[in-house]
Amino acid sequence: MTPVISTLDKPLTATGANRQLSWLGRIDPRIRILCAAAFAVVVVACEDFAPLGLAVAISLFLLSASRLPARRTMMRVATMDSFILFILLLLPFTVPGEPIFTLWGFAASWEGLWQAIEIALKANAIVLALMALVSTMEPVTLGHALHALKVPEGLVHLLMFTVRYIDVLREEYLRLKQATKARGFRPGTNRHSYRTYGYLVGMMLVRSLERSERILGAMKCRGFTGRIPLLDRMAFGPSDVLFVTGFVLVLFAIGAMELAYGAY
Amino acid sequence: MHIVDGALSNPVVIAGAALTIGGLAQGLRKLPMEKIPVAGVLSATFFVASLIHVPVGPSSVHLIMNGLAGLVLGWAAFPALFVGLLLQAVFFGFGGLTVLGVNTLLIAGPSVLVGLLIRPRVQGAAPRPAAIWAAIAGGLAIALTTVFVALALAITGDEFLPAAKLVFFAHAPVMFVEAMLTGAAVYLAKQVKPELFDDFQGALQ
Repeated sequence: MTPVISTLDKPLTATGANRQLSWLGRIDPRIRILCAAAFAVVVVACEDFAPLGLAVAISLFLLSASRLPARRTMMRVATMDSFILFILLLLPFTVPGEPIFTLWGFAASWEGLWQAIEIALKANAIVLALMALVSTMEPVTLGHALHALKVPEGLVHLLMFTVRYIDVLREEYLRLKQATKARGFRPGTNRHSYRTYGYLVGMMLVRSLERSERILGAMKCRGFTGRIPLLDRMAFGPSDVLFVTGFVLVLFAIGAMELAYGAY
Repeated sequence: MHIVDGALSNPVVIAGAALTIGGLAQGLRKLPMEKIPVAGVLSATFFVASLIHVPVGPSSVHLIMNGLAGLVLGWAAFPALFVGLLLQAVFFGFGGLTVLGVNTLLIAGPSVLVGLLIRPRVQGAAPRPAAIWAAIAGGLAIALTTVFVALALAITGDEFLPAAKLVFFAHAPVMFVEAMLTGAAVYLAKQVKPELFDDFQGALQ
Protein backbone atom coordinates (compact mmCIF):
# COMPACT_ATOMS: atom_id res chain seq x y z
CA MET A 1 0.00 0.00 0.00
CA THR A 2 1.08 3.57 -0.50
CA PRO A 3 2.60 5.49 2.34
CA VAL A 4 -0.16 7.37 4.15
CA ILE A 5 0.10 11.00 4.64
CA SER A 6 3.13 12.15 2.68
CA THR A 7 4.04 14.69 5.28
CA LEU A 8 5.15 11.86 7.50
CA ASP A 9 8.67 10.58 7.49
CA LYS A 10 8.19 7.12 8.80
CA PRO A 11 9.87 3.87 7.99
CA LEU A 12 7.12 3.06 5.53
CA THR A 13 7.76 0.54 2.83
CA ALA A 14 5.97 0.38 -0.46
CA THR A 15 5.04 -3.24 0.01
CA GLY A 16 3.58 -2.84 3.45
CA ALA A 17 6.07 -5.34 4.82
CA ASN A 18 6.66 -5.12 8.52
CA ARG A 19 10.16 -3.68 8.55
CA GLN A 20 10.71 -1.87 11.80
CA LEU A 21 13.88 -0.16 12.93
CA SER A 22 13.48 -0.35 16.68
CA TRP A 23 12.79 -3.07 19.23
CA LEU A 24 9.64 -1.18 20.18
CA GLY A 25 8.47 -1.39 16.58
CA ARG A 26 8.74 -5.18 16.70
CA ILE A 27 6.39 -5.53 19.66
CA ASP A 28 2.99 -6.97 18.71
CA PRO A 29 0.85 -4.10 17.32
CA ARG A 30 -2.18 -5.19 19.36
CA ILE A 31 -0.12 -4.91 22.53
CA ARG A 32 1.11 -1.46 21.57
CA ILE A 33 -2.42 -0.18 20.98
CA LEU A 34 -3.68 -1.61 24.28
CA CYS A 35 -0.67 -0.22 26.15
CA ALA A 36 -1.22 3.25 24.69
CA ALA A 37 -4.90 3.14 25.71
CA ALA A 38 -4.11 1.89 29.23
CA PHE A 39 -1.41 4.54 29.62
CA ALA A 40 -3.87 7.26 28.57
CA VAL A 41 -6.51 6.14 31.07
CA VAL A 42 -4.04 5.91 33.96
CA VAL A 43 -2.42 9.27 33.20
CA VAL A 44 -5.74 11.08 32.84
CA ALA A 45 -6.73 9.80 36.28
CA CYS A 46 -3.57 11.23 37.92
CA GLU A 47 -3.60 14.61 39.61
CA ASP A 48 -0.26 14.91 41.34
CA PHE A 49 2.90 16.22 39.72
CA ALA A 50 5.10 13.29 40.78
CA PRO A 51 3.21 10.59 38.83
CA LEU A 52 2.66 12.99 35.94
CA GLY A 53 6.39 13.72 35.83
CA LEU A 54 7.07 9.99 35.76
CA ALA A 55 4.51 9.61 32.95
CA VAL A 56 6.23 12.29 30.86
CA ALA A 57 9.58 10.58 31.50
CA ILE A 58 8.12 7.24 30.34
CA SER A 59 6.75 8.91 27.22
CA LEU A 60 10.12 10.45 26.40
CA PHE A 61 11.76 7.07 26.92
CA LEU A 62 9.23 5.44 24.57
CA LEU A 63 9.83 8.20 22.06
CA SER A 64 13.57 7.58 22.05
CA ALA A 65 12.97 3.83 21.83
CA SER A 66 10.62 4.25 18.88
CA ARG A 67 13.32 5.99 16.80
CA LEU A 68 10.82 8.54 15.56
CA PRO A 69 12.61 11.69 14.39
CA ALA A 70 12.68 13.51 17.76
CA ARG A 71 12.64 17.06 16.43
CA ARG A 72 9.79 16.56 14.01
CA THR A 73 7.72 14.73 16.61
CA MET A 74 8.32 17.48 19.15
CA MET A 75 7.24 20.05 16.57
CA ARG A 76 3.97 18.17 16.10
CA VAL A 77 3.37 18.05 19.82
CA ALA A 78 4.19 21.77 20.04
CA THR A 79 1.55 22.42 17.35
CA MET A 80 -0.98 20.62 19.51
CA ASP A 81 0.11 22.70 22.50
CA SER A 82 -0.43 25.89 20.56
CA PHE A 83 -4.09 24.90 20.05
CA ILE A 84 -4.74 24.75 23.76
CA LEU A 85 -2.39 27.55 24.77
CA PHE A 86 -5.07 30.17 25.21
CA ILE A 87 -7.23 27.92 27.37
CA LEU A 88 -4.21 27.17 29.55
CA LEU A 89 -3.26 30.86 29.74
CA LEU A 90 -6.79 31.76 30.84
CA LEU A 91 -6.93 29.17 33.61
CA PRO A 92 -4.79 31.00 36.22
CA PHE A 93 -7.13 33.98 35.89
CA THR A 94 -10.36 32.04 36.14
CA VAL A 95 -9.62 29.56 38.93
CA PRO A 96 -10.17 31.19 42.31
CA GLY A 97 -7.34 30.86 44.83
CA GLU A 98 -4.23 32.40 46.27
CA PRO A 99 -3.11 35.21 43.93
CA ILE A 100 0.36 35.27 42.33
CA PHE A 101 0.14 38.59 40.50
CA THR A 102 -2.48 40.79 38.90
CA LEU A 103 -2.65 41.74 35.26
CA TRP A 104 -4.95 44.60 34.24
CA GLY A 105 -6.97 44.07 37.37
CA PHE A 106 -7.27 40.29 36.99
CA ALA A 107 -5.63 38.15 39.63
CA ALA A 108 -3.78 34.99 38.58
CA SER A 109 -4.02 32.19 41.12
CA TRP A 110 -1.54 29.45 41.98
CA GLU A 111 -4.33 26.88 41.83
CA GLY A 112 -5.15 27.88 38.27
CA LEU A 113 -1.51 27.76 37.26
CA TRP A 114 -1.12 24.26 38.72
CA GLN A 115 -4.25 23.10 36.92
CA ALA A 116 -2.96 24.48 33.63
CA ILE A 117 0.42 22.75 34.08
CA GLU A 118 -1.38 19.53 35.03
CA ILE A 119 -3.42 19.55 31.81
CA ALA A 120 -0.36 20.35 29.71
CA LEU A 121 1.60 17.47 31.29
CA LYS A 122 -1.22 14.98 30.80
CA ALA A 123 -1.88 15.97 27.20
CA ASN A 124 1.78 15.89 26.22
CA ALA A 125 2.55 12.61 27.98
CA ILE A 126 -0.37 10.84 26.32
CA VAL A 127 0.22 12.22 22.84
CA LEU A 128 3.92 11.39 22.98
CA ALA A 129 3.21 7.83 24.14
CA LEU A 130 0.53 7.43 21.47
CA MET A 131 2.87 8.59 18.73
CA ALA A 132 5.77 6.46 19.99
CA LEU A 133 3.66 3.31 20.34
CA VAL A 134 1.12 3.54 17.53
CA SER A 135 2.21 6.06 14.88
CA THR A 136 5.31 3.98 14.08
CA MET A 137 2.94 1.33 12.78
CA GLU A 138 2.25 0.85 9.13
CA PRO A 139 -1.34 2.14 8.79
CA VAL A 140 -2.37 -1.19 7.28
CA THR A 141 -0.97 -2.93 10.34
CA LEU A 142 -3.00 -0.53 12.49
CA GLY A 143 -6.12 -1.64 10.64
CA HIS A 144 -5.30 -5.32 11.05
CA ALA A 145 -4.46 -4.88 14.72
CA LEU A 146 -7.73 -3.05 15.34
CA HIS A 147 -9.54 -5.87 13.59
CA ALA A 148 -7.79 -8.38 15.82
CA LEU A 149 -8.97 -6.28 18.78
CA LYS A 150 -12.59 -6.82 17.67
CA VAL A 151 -13.18 -3.38 16.17
CA PRO A 152 -16.11 -3.81 13.71
CA GLU A 153 -14.99 -4.92 10.26
CA GLY A 154 -16.79 -2.07 8.52
CA LEU A 155 -14.90 0.52 10.50
CA VAL A 156 -11.55 -1.19 9.85
CA HIS A 157 -12.21 -1.28 6.10
CA LEU A 158 -13.30 2.34 6.14
CA LEU A 159 -10.04 3.19 7.90
CA MET A 160 -7.96 1.28 5.36
CA PHE A 161 -9.72 2.86 2.39
CA THR A 162 -9.31 6.32 3.88
CA VAL A 163 -5.61 5.72 4.48
CA ARG A 164 -5.19 4.36 0.96
CA TYR A 165 -6.75 7.39 -0.70
CA ILE A 166 -5.54 10.28 1.46
CA ASP A 167 -2.34 10.57 -0.54
CA VAL A 168 -4.10 10.19 -3.89
CA LEU A 169 -6.57 12.92 -3.02
CA ARG A 170 -3.91 15.17 -1.61
CA GLU A 171 -2.23 15.06 -5.00
CA GLU A 172 -5.60 15.79 -6.59
CA TYR A 173 -5.87 18.83 -4.33
CA LEU A 174 -2.36 20.00 -5.22
CA ARG A 175 -3.15 19.65 -8.94
CA LEU A 176 -6.31 21.73 -8.58
CA LYS A 177 -4.44 24.29 -6.51
CA GLN A 178 -1.77 24.55 -9.15
CA ALA A 179 -4.46 25.01 -11.78
CA THR A 180 -5.92 27.96 -9.87
CA LYS A 181 -2.44 29.40 -9.47
CA ALA A 182 -1.72 29.03 -13.18
CA ARG A 183 -4.83 31.13 -13.83
CA GLY A 184 -3.54 33.90 -11.61
CA PHE A 185 -5.51 33.13 -8.43
CA ARG A 186 -4.14 34.79 -5.31
CA PRO A 187 -5.99 33.87 -2.09
CA GLY A 188 -7.25 36.74 0.00
CA THR A 189 -10.11 37.66 2.32
CA ASN A 190 -12.82 38.19 -0.25
CA ARG A 191 -15.86 36.58 -1.79
CA HIS A 192 -14.05 35.52 -4.92
CA SER A 193 -11.40 33.60 -2.94
CA TYR A 194 -13.98 31.79 -0.83
CA ARG A 195 -15.99 30.87 -3.89
CA THR A 196 -12.86 29.57 -5.59
CA TYR A 197 -11.96 27.43 -2.59
CA GLY A 198 -15.55 26.21 -2.42
CA TYR A 199 -15.45 25.19 -6.09
CA LEU A 200 -12.11 23.50 -5.43
CA VAL A 201 -13.57 21.39 -2.62
CA GLY A 202 -16.68 20.69 -4.69
CA MET A 203 -14.55 19.57 -7.63
CA MET A 204 -12.53 17.32 -5.34
CA LEU A 205 -15.75 15.68 -4.17
CA VAL A 206 -16.98 15.19 -7.73
CA ARG A 207 -13.71 13.67 -8.86
CA SER A 208 -13.56 11.51 -5.72
CA LEU A 209 -16.99 10.09 -6.38
CA GLU A 210 -16.06 9.32 -9.97
CA ARG A 211 -12.85 7.74 -8.75
CA SER A 212 -14.73 5.59 -6.25
CA GLU A 213 -17.01 4.39 -9.04
CA ARG A 214 -13.95 3.22 -10.97
CA ILE A 215 -12.51 1.62 -7.83
CA LEU A 216 -15.69 -0.31 -7.13
CA GLY A 217 -15.84 -1.39 -10.77
CA ALA A 218 -12.26 -2.64 -10.63
CA MET A 219 -12.93 -4.42 -7.36
CA LYS A 220 -16.03 -6.14 -8.71
CA CYS A 221 -13.94 -7.19 -11.71
CA ARG A 222 -11.68 -9.02 -9.28
CA GLY A 223 -14.53 -10.78 -7.55
CA PHE A 224 -15.45 -8.31 -4.77
CA THR A 225 -18.61 -9.57 -3.12
CA GLY A 226 -18.86 -7.14 -0.26
CA ARG A 227 -16.28 -8.75 1.98
CA ILE A 228 -12.55 -8.20 2.18
CA PRO A 229 -10.60 -10.92 3.96
CA LEU A 230 -7.97 -9.67 6.40
CA LEU A 231 -5.09 -12.09 6.22
CA ASP A 232 -2.56 -10.72 8.66
CA ARG A 233 -1.68 -13.18 11.39
CA MET A 234 -0.23 -11.73 14.53
CA ALA A 235 1.90 -13.75 16.88
CA PHE A 236 2.41 -13.14 20.57
CA GLY A 237 6.07 -13.82 21.38
CA PRO A 238 8.30 -13.86 24.47
CA SER A 239 9.49 -10.28 23.91
CA ASP A 240 5.84 -9.19 23.89
CA VAL A 241 5.27 -10.85 27.27
CA LEU A 242 8.34 -9.06 28.63
CA PHE A 243 7.15 -5.72 27.29
CA VAL A 244 3.62 -6.10 28.67
CA THR A 245 4.94 -7.10 32.09
CA GLY A 246 7.26 -4.12 32.18
CA PHE A 247 4.58 -1.74 30.98
CA VAL A 248 2.01 -2.95 33.50
CA LEU A 249 4.58 -2.53 36.29
CA VAL A 250 5.23 1.03 35.15
CA LEU A 251 1.50 1.77 35.12
CA PHE A 252 1.22 0.38 38.65
CA ALA A 253 4.15 2.57 39.70
CA ILE A 254 2.40 5.64 38.31
CA GLY A 255 -0.83 4.64 40.08
CA ALA A 256 0.96 3.95 43.36
CA MET A 257 2.70 7.32 43.23
CA GLU A 258 -0.63 9.03 42.63
CA LEU A 259 -2.14 7.27 45.65
CA ALA A 260 0.86 8.01 47.85
CA TYR A 261 1.32 11.69 46.95
CA GLY A 262 -2.15 12.66 45.88
CA ALA A 263 -3.80 11.46 49.09
CA TYR A 264 -3.00 14.41 51.32
CA MET B 1 -10.90 22.70 17.38
CA HIS B 2 -9.29 19.79 19.16
CA ILE B 3 -9.74 19.13 22.83
CA VAL B 4 -6.75 17.43 24.46
CA ASP B 5 -6.43 14.71 27.06
CA GLY B 6 -6.75 15.78 30.65
CA ALA B 7 -8.73 18.97 30.06
CA LEU B 8 -12.26 17.64 30.48
CA SER B 9 -13.90 16.07 33.52
CA ASN B 10 -14.48 12.31 33.56
CA PRO B 11 -18.28 12.42 33.14
CA VAL B 12 -17.90 14.51 29.98
CA VAL B 13 -15.25 12.17 28.55
CA ILE B 14 -17.27 9.05 29.34
CA ALA B 15 -20.53 10.49 28.01
CA GLY B 16 -18.72 11.56 24.83
CA ALA B 17 -17.24 8.10 24.33
CA ALA B 18 -20.61 6.39 24.91
CA LEU B 19 -22.46 8.66 22.49
CA THR B 20 -19.73 8.24 19.89
CA ILE B 21 -19.96 4.45 20.10
CA GLY B 22 -23.71 4.76 19.57
CA GLY B 23 -23.18 7.09 16.61
CA LEU B 24 -20.60 4.76 15.09
CA ALA B 25 -22.93 1.77 15.41
CA GLN B 26 -25.76 3.68 13.75
CA GLY B 27 -23.44 5.05 11.05
CA LEU B 28 -22.03 1.61 10.24
CA ARG B 29 -25.53 0.18 10.04
CA LYS B 30 -26.22 2.66 7.24
CA LEU B 31 -23.02 1.65 5.50
CA PRO B 32 -23.10 -1.80 3.90
CA MET B 33 -19.80 -3.28 2.77
CA GLU B 34 -20.45 -2.38 -0.85
CA LYS B 35 -20.56 1.30 -0.04
CA ILE B 36 -17.31 1.27 1.92
CA PRO B 37 -15.13 2.24 -1.11
CA VAL B 38 -17.29 5.34 -1.72
CA ALA B 39 -17.37 6.26 1.94
CA GLY B 40 -13.62 5.67 2.26
CA VAL B 41 -12.74 7.89 -0.68
CA LEU B 42 -15.08 10.63 0.56
CA SER B 43 -13.68 10.27 4.07
CA ALA B 44 -10.18 10.75 2.63
CA THR B 45 -11.47 13.81 0.75
CA PHE B 46 -12.67 15.39 3.96
CA PHE B 47 -9.38 14.54 5.64
CA VAL B 48 -7.51 16.37 2.86
CA ALA B 49 -10.01 19.27 2.95
CA SER B 50 -9.25 19.70 6.64
CA LEU B 51 -5.61 20.36 5.69
CA ILE B 52 -6.57 23.31 3.44
CA HIS B 53 -5.90 26.70 4.96
CA VAL B 54 -8.05 29.63 3.89
CA PRO B 55 -7.03 33.24 4.54
CA VAL B 56 -9.15 35.27 6.96
CA GLY B 57 -7.81 38.79 7.32
CA PRO B 58 -4.18 38.67 8.44
CA SER B 59 -4.48 35.08 9.65
CA SER B 60 -5.79 31.83 8.18
CA VAL B 61 -8.10 29.05 9.32
CA HIS B 62 -8.16 25.43 8.33
CA LEU B 63 -11.37 23.99 7.00
CA ILE B 64 -13.52 21.50 8.89
CA MET B 65 -16.28 21.02 6.32
CA ASN B 66 -18.37 18.86 8.64
CA GLY B 67 -21.53 20.45 7.25
CA LEU B 68 -20.61 19.33 3.74
CA ALA B 69 -19.71 15.87 5.03
CA GLY B 70 -23.17 15.57 6.56
CA LEU B 71 -24.84 16.67 3.33
CA VAL B 72 -22.94 14.11 1.27
CA LEU B 73 -22.68 11.19 3.67
CA GLY B 74 -25.65 11.50 6.04
CA TRP B 75 -25.28 9.10 8.97
CA ALA B 76 -22.12 7.64 7.41
CA ALA B 77 -20.41 10.98 8.21
CA PHE B 78 -20.06 9.72 11.77
CA PRO B 79 -17.69 6.79 11.08
CA ALA B 80 -16.02 8.74 8.24
CA LEU B 81 -15.12 11.70 10.45
CA PHE B 82 -14.17 9.38 13.32
CA VAL B 83 -11.63 7.69 11.09
CA GLY B 84 -10.21 11.09 10.13
CA LEU B 85 -9.89 12.16 13.77
CA LEU B 86 -8.33 8.83 14.74
CA LEU B 87 -5.69 9.20 12.04
CA GLN B 88 -5.04 12.80 13.08
CA ALA B 89 -4.64 11.81 16.72
CA VAL B 90 -2.34 8.89 15.99
CA PHE B 91 -0.20 10.23 13.16
CA PHE B 92 -0.29 14.00 13.74
CA GLY B 93 -0.73 14.11 17.50
CA PHE B 94 -3.74 16.45 17.19
CA GLY B 95 -6.31 15.84 19.87
CA GLY B 96 -5.89 12.90 22.18
CA LEU B 97 -6.82 9.33 22.94
CA THR B 98 -9.25 9.46 25.85
CA VAL B 99 -11.00 12.47 24.30
CA LEU B 100 -11.37 10.82 20.89
CA GLY B 101 -15.02 10.11 21.67
CA VAL B 102 -15.73 13.70 22.71
CA ASN B 103 -13.89 15.12 19.71
CA THR B 104 -15.78 12.85 17.32
CA LEU B 105 -19.07 13.85 18.89
CA LEU B 106 -18.19 17.56 18.61
CA ILE B 107 -17.37 17.31 14.90
CA ALA B 108 -19.57 14.46 13.62
CA GLY B 109 -22.63 15.13 15.79
CA PRO B 110 -23.41 18.48 14.10
CA SER B 111 -22.50 16.90 10.77
CA VAL B 112 -25.16 14.21 11.10
CA LEU B 113 -27.73 16.65 12.54
CA VAL B 114 -27.23 19.01 9.62
CA GLY B 115 -27.35 16.06 7.24
CA LEU B 116 -30.67 14.85 8.63
CA LEU B 117 -32.21 18.35 8.65
CA ILE B 118 -30.96 19.89 5.42
CA ARG B 119 -29.89 17.03 3.16
CA PRO B 120 -33.44 16.28 1.91
CA ARG B 121 -33.76 19.94 0.89
CA VAL B 122 -30.50 19.89 -1.04
CA GLN B 123 -31.24 16.58 -2.78
CA GLY B 124 -34.18 17.70 -4.87
CA ALA B 125 -33.33 21.37 -5.29
CA ALA B 126 -31.91 23.30 -8.24
CA PRO B 127 -28.26 24.44 -7.88
CA ARG B 128 -29.01 27.93 -6.55
CA PRO B 129 -31.45 27.07 -3.74
CA ALA B 130 -29.33 24.00 -2.96
CA ALA B 131 -26.32 26.30 -2.53
CA ILE B 132 -28.25 28.54 -0.13
CA TRP B 133 -29.37 25.55 1.97
CA ALA B 134 -25.81 24.23 1.88
CA ALA B 135 -24.45 27.57 3.11
CA ILE B 136 -26.90 27.39 6.01
CA ALA B 137 -25.78 23.82 6.66
CA GLY B 138 -22.08 24.74 6.58
CA GLY B 139 -22.51 27.66 8.97
CA LEU B 140 -24.88 25.77 11.26
CA ALA B 141 -22.55 22.78 11.57
CA ILE B 142 -19.66 24.98 12.75
CA ALA B 143 -21.98 26.93 15.06
CA LEU B 144 -23.18 23.67 16.63
CA THR B 145 -19.61 22.40 16.93
CA THR B 146 -18.50 25.52 18.81
CA VAL B 147 -21.60 25.38 21.01
CA PHE B 148 -20.81 21.73 21.80
CA VAL B 149 -17.16 22.60 22.56
CA ALA B 150 -18.29 25.44 24.81
CA LEU B 151 -20.78 23.11 26.54
CA ALA B 152 -18.14 20.41 27.09
CA LEU B 153 -15.84 23.00 28.67
CA ALA B 154 -18.62 24.62 30.70
CA ILE B 155 -19.88 21.30 32.11
CA THR B 156 -16.31 20.42 33.10
CA GLY B 157 -16.02 23.44 35.37
CA ASP B 158 -16.82 27.10 35.86
CA GLU B 159 -13.16 27.98 35.44
CA PHE B 160 -13.49 27.14 31.73
CA LEU B 161 -16.46 29.44 31.20
CA PRO B 162 -14.45 32.40 29.82
CA ALA B 163 -12.54 30.02 27.53
CA ALA B 164 -15.83 28.53 26.36
CA LYS B 165 -17.17 31.97 25.45
CA LEU B 166 -13.92 32.85 23.71
CA VAL B 167 -14.08 29.65 21.63
CA PHE B 168 -17.55 30.56 20.48
CA PHE B 169 -16.76 34.13 19.42
CA ALA B 170 -13.38 33.26 17.92
CA HIS B 171 -15.17 30.90 15.55
CA ALA B 172 -17.59 33.48 14.13
CA PRO B 173 -15.36 34.13 11.09
CA VAL B 174 -14.89 30.37 10.61
CA MET B 175 -18.68 29.98 10.51
CA PHE B 176 -18.89 32.60 7.77
CA VAL B 177 -16.04 31.09 5.73
CA GLU B 178 -17.41 27.55 6.01
CA ALA B 179 -20.89 28.73 5.01
CA MET B 180 -19.52 30.45 1.90
CA LEU B 181 -17.37 27.48 0.92
CA THR B 182 -20.03 24.86 1.52
CA GLY B 183 -22.49 26.88 -0.55
CA ALA B 184 -20.04 27.22 -3.43
CA ALA B 185 -19.00 23.56 -3.26
CA VAL B 186 -22.60 22.36 -3.41
CA TYR B 187 -23.44 24.82 -6.20
CA LEU B 188 -20.65 23.34 -8.32
CA ALA B 189 -21.37 19.72 -7.39
CA LYS B 190 -25.08 20.18 -8.14
CA GLN B 191 -24.25 21.38 -11.65
CA VAL B 192 -21.50 18.87 -12.42
CA LYS B 193 -22.67 15.75 -10.63
CA PRO B 194 -26.06 16.05 -8.90
CA GLU B 195 -26.04 12.37 -7.88
CA LEU B 196 -23.39 13.22 -5.27
CA PHE B 197 -26.26 13.79 -2.86
CA ASP B 198 -28.31 10.72 -3.84
CA ASP B 199 -27.65 8.39 -0.89
CA PHE B 200 -24.54 7.06 -2.64
CA GLN B 201 -26.66 5.73 -5.49
CA GLY B 202 -24.48 7.46 -8.06
CA ALA B 203 -21.71 5.05 -7.23
CA LEU B 204 -23.80 1.93 -6.98
CA GLN B 205 -25.76 1.07 -10.08
